[in-house]
Amino acid sequence: MTDPTPTMVTAPKARRVSNRLNVVTTERRHVPKPSGKPDPTAHLSAADVETLARELDALRQEVLRSRGTEDAAYIRKLIDVQRKLELGSRAVLLFSLFPPAWLVGTAGLAVAKILENMEIGHNVLHGQWDWMRDPKIHSAVWEWDHASPADLWKRSHNELHHTYTNVLGRDNDLGYGIMRVDEDQRWVPMCLGQPLWNFITACFFQYAIAAYDLQLGKQLKSRGNKEQFHRDGRSVLRKIGRQMRKDYLVHPLLSGPSFFHTLAANFTANLVRNLWAHSVIMCGHFPEGVETFAKNSIDGETRGEWYLRQMIGSANISGNKAMHIMTGNLSHQIEHHLFPDLPSNRYAEIAPTIQEICSRYGLSYTSGSLPRQLGSAWKQVIKLSLPNDFSIRNTAKWVLRRRPERRRCIGTEAQATAEQCPNISTCK
Amino acid sequence: MTPETRHAATVEIRPGRSWKGHLPGQYIRIGIDVDGVRHWRAYSLTSQTTSTDGLLSITVKAIPNGKVSNHIVRLLSPGTLVHLDQESGDFVLPRPLPARTLFLTAGSGITPVMGLLRNHLDGLHDVVVVHSAPTRDDVIFGDQLRDWAGTGRLRLVERYTETEGILAPEHLDELVPDWREREAWACGPIGLLDAMESHWAKADLTERLHTERFRSALITEGEGGAVTFTRQRAVVEADGATPILDVGERAGVLMPSGCRMGICFGCVVPLKQGVVRDLRDGQLTIAAEGDSIHIQTCVSAVAGSCEIDL
Repeated sequence: MTDPTPTMVTAPKARRVSNRLNVVTTERRHVPKPSGKPDPTAHLSAADVETLARELDALRQEVLRSRGTEDAAYIRKLIDVQRKLELGSRAVLLFSLFPPAWLVGTAGLAVAKILENMEIGHNVLHGQWDWMRDPKIHSAVWEWDHASPADLWKRSHNELHHTYTNVLGRDNDLGYGIMRVDEDQRWVPMCLGQPLWNFITACFFQYAIAAYDLQLGKQLKSRGNKEQFHRDGRSVLRKIGRQMRKDYLVHPLLSGPSFFHTLAANFTANLVRNLWAHSVIMCGHFPEGVETFAKNSIDGETRGEWYLRQMIGSANISGNKAMHIMTGNLSHQIEHHLFPDLPSNRYAEIAPTIQEICSRYGLSYTSGSLPRQLGSAWKQVIKLSLPNDFSIRNTAKWVLRRRPERRRCIGTEAQATAEQCPNISTCK
Repeated sequence: MTPETRHAATVEIRPGRSWKGHLPGQYIRIGIDVDGVRHWRAYSLTSQTTSTDGLLSITVKAIPNGKVSNHIVRLLSPGTLVHLDQESGDFVLPRPLPARTLFLTAGSGITPVMGLLRNHLDGLHDVVVVHSAPTRDDVIFGDQLRDWAGTGRLRLVERYTETEGILAPEHLDELVPDWREREAWACGPIGLLDAMESHWAKADLTERLHTERFRSALITEGEGGAVTFTRQRAVVEADGATPILDVGERAGVLMPSGCRMGICFGCVVPLKQGVVRDLRDGQLTIAAEGDSIHIQTCVSAVAGSCEIDL
């Protein structure tokens, strides 16, 4: 206290519940989606949802109780290995003029960069290691090897994506605002190009994320907070500048005659990481079998309902331990979405319990190998680039009969009812 | 690691290059990982400042249910990395050294005095140490103190509280008749220090007594309490069921916020002092003076007066 006479304010006792902290599910309700898909949780009573929530709370508690020295040793060891691998690979790349050095160095650097972003960066920024109270490994101070500054990313990922997971119109991770990955998302002609957009995004994924975290799309449509955009924009440009300087200037310069080879090596390592991260992340929410939710279905959502949404709104990737580490344990996307703040090294051990809970409550637990899930996600991207009821006749009709009032109807399709828009099936 | 008594051990620490040195009698905060979580505690330095090996030493007494002290005394192994703050504290001797001194200690309160004696005993000529401990075996540094007493370098009065009861100020007239003429340093439990301070005050000698309190204020847990937002200079009374985020916002304090359900870590702020309870599982987080522990305000309620760095 620096002020000797602080103002004394009394907070009112009455409590308006503003979060999902201790709200109890008392009734089940279902907000239908435009596609009319059935509610996959319709068979659960309000009491079921509450029991499920308490079971999951207890599971979380169990992990918290046993969290300790070994977990701390895991993340410190991992950071140590990653730092040494990166340093070693960069050292080898100083001689990248020699093809074997280029190959070894590039491969090592790509792996190091993947570890840094996924199992370390993503998870530290989630606050998974905050409990250690180590000021160096803490979500509040961690910065990562990524175009998007940690602060900006935490806001769009931790807060928006993890709170509003798969809620149509709320969670922009559903197609990143440039793709249609669910039948209930509106089709626009731009969707036709989405397999291509997706591939380009994959190649420059970290920059795409930075643009996404900046809400660049919204800004281009002249919406959103200008002042904040300028502030965030400057911070993104500074971050990209630092990243570029490190990978494309300082390191190549240090390599002397190997300048261009090292530059190419760093570009390749970044490209590999972009493709890998993009593939893993696509498998989290895009494959078939993953559920989405109507925008107003989360009004007054309880903790139990939130858990439900996370479970059926995410998909896992099966694989061995190396696979889990290289995906940053996003291969346990379901577990991660249920408990985003539990240390990633503990997801594997709770996965069987979660799967058992899912089957007991009659809920889907979407999982598959990387090729299968990736194939499924790409299939969705390609399939949904066309309207749901695509046929040559419908398309011809759509093009020929496209009139201004119809476009308005398309624009508000999420709220449109059959009365307001008799041709809703063609709108989609 | 050297055991001192059944419940106390001395730890020698090799400081890093940024260590600036200390004065005898001062303490340092030590950060030590217990079950993977870093905890900070203050301990008096007992080493000689001129020692050639440059090692620092602290002597820790395990207190009942003390997470950190028990870990140090019973589980700490040589080679463990611990974290150090710079030195602090003003429990030091003046220059020139006073001619006649009295050291009044109890339990682990002997540790800063040991720091003083090990460094200054050659320059002190008339020293009395009155030390209380439950039994003879519980006297930390008992051998060294008795050794000094045996060679006439100081006069040692040991009081075993299990059989003789707790030392009261009135006993001083008998134990150290000339206590009024001595510059006195006292360290021990709060009860002892309070009693001695009022005794010295009654004799109008307050300025001759110097005390060291290990815990300036005892942190008590409860339901609710006042939460102080130090930067924004607001004090808000909170109940034990409302998240601090809501409490602050209602009082007009600018609070960082996010998901409001404990998952996004967008609301974390440093708790400087006080106790908060996690509303999800009842877990307490306790911060003492000097700490800065990040808490999630959206799932934490006040459980005893808090100071938040906002």
